[in-house]
Amino acid sequence: MTDIVVTLDRVSAIRGVRGAMLVSASDGLVIADSLMDGVDGQAVAALASSLMGRLRRTTQAAGMPAPEIMHLKAERGSLLAVPAADDVLVVAVTTADANLGLARLEMLEAARALV
Amino acid sequence: MTAELAADPGSLVFLELGETLRRRGQPEVALKVAAAGTARYPSLADAHDLLARIYSDLGDGEAAFDSWMDALQNDPAHLGAHKGLGFLYFRSGDLPRALRHLELAQSGSDDAGLARAAARVRAAMMEGGASGSSAPASNAVGQDLPFSLDDSVVSQPAEASGPEDELFLGFDGARDGLLLLDQNGLRLGGGLRDSASRDVSDAAAAHLSGVSREAARTARLLELGAWLSVAAECGTGNLHLSAPSDDTVLLTTRDASVPAARLAVIAERAGAAARRWLERVA
Repeated sequence: MTDIVVTLDRVSAIRGVRGAMLVSASDGLVIADSLMDGVDGQAVAALASSLMGRLRRTTQAAGMPAPEIMHLKAERGSLLAVPAADDVLVVAVTTADANLGLARLEMLEAARALV
Repeated sequence: MTAELAADPGSLVFLELGETLRRRGQPEVALKVAAAGTARYPSLADAHDLLARIYSDLGDGEAAFDSWMDALQNDPAHLGAHKGLGFLYFRSGDLPRALRHLELAQSGSDDAGLARAAARVRAAMMEGGASGSSAPASNAVGQDLPFSLDDSVVSQPAEASGPEDELFLGFDGARDGLLLLDQNGLRLGGGLRDSASRDVSDAAAAHLSGVSREAARTARLLELGAWLSVAAECGTGNLHLSAPSDDTVLLTTRDASVPAARLAVIAERAGAAARRWLERVA
């Protein structure tokens, strides 16, 4: 668990990242997190898993492979999710001016480390 | 588009405006629009590509060459730049380099016209055609061209036969990589095909309205404001979902050779086209 927390802390340390967490993709529950105050981890987990599930069904219907990275962009920030092994999502919430490129790389690295 | 650009000089609508002016036979005006846009977005390969096509129309092959090289510096796989350089090298008689760029363009596109062009260059080489190695000059060689620049740079739908066909007229992927749907998951225009070329428009549309609702709900509950887009990288392909208007959803897909950030630019242009189309048909 310590390794996982260190991994999440590395994602959370990126400029503009308000928090990172591991989420169960099938039931939307929090496995581990590293969040700033004011971020509702349970809501993030539930919404991210639900959105990723819908997106996965859409890509399947469109004959595309399952998403490897999902990025919801909104006016005041973003939600990023990367599927990892064993039905787990690496999820991050960011501000609008976050370093998304670096966050993307760290999340992919975190997902690989979980395999 | 002119009004839109005047209201927001930072808008990427200059790409579409410049292209429209070029096609209308107003290259000088198009050049001003493209030059201003390129100055504002010096790392946007599409802007350099537009500038190059206008220079080519004006007969300035050297400036076109430089602009396409600038496009490749920013995006080494840029399809339009490789097509354009293939065109220029062919025109200058440097068939090996023409073929190299056409083959690089082919690696990122299944455009049948490109394959025919490359085949014709190969045939010309077999027949002992010119093979100089200098950089291409303007209108240097008077031999027949294997394809027209317009056909090579922007794939055109065969013919616009109705309002729906006009929706993404002139856009790459107008019928297989751009899909506009309403809030109920019903297709308004465009189309989507899978890797086996099967039409999957309706199946994808049925799911997409749910994704957009979920995206809106997620952004609202996480206090992120209104949702702007959902992008996904899916191994062999990327997709981008946006809302051109309050009650429509636009899906833009491309293969993985088109990076997610560039796909967002394409989606923004397609979204602007969708908004204009919706105003016309309303």
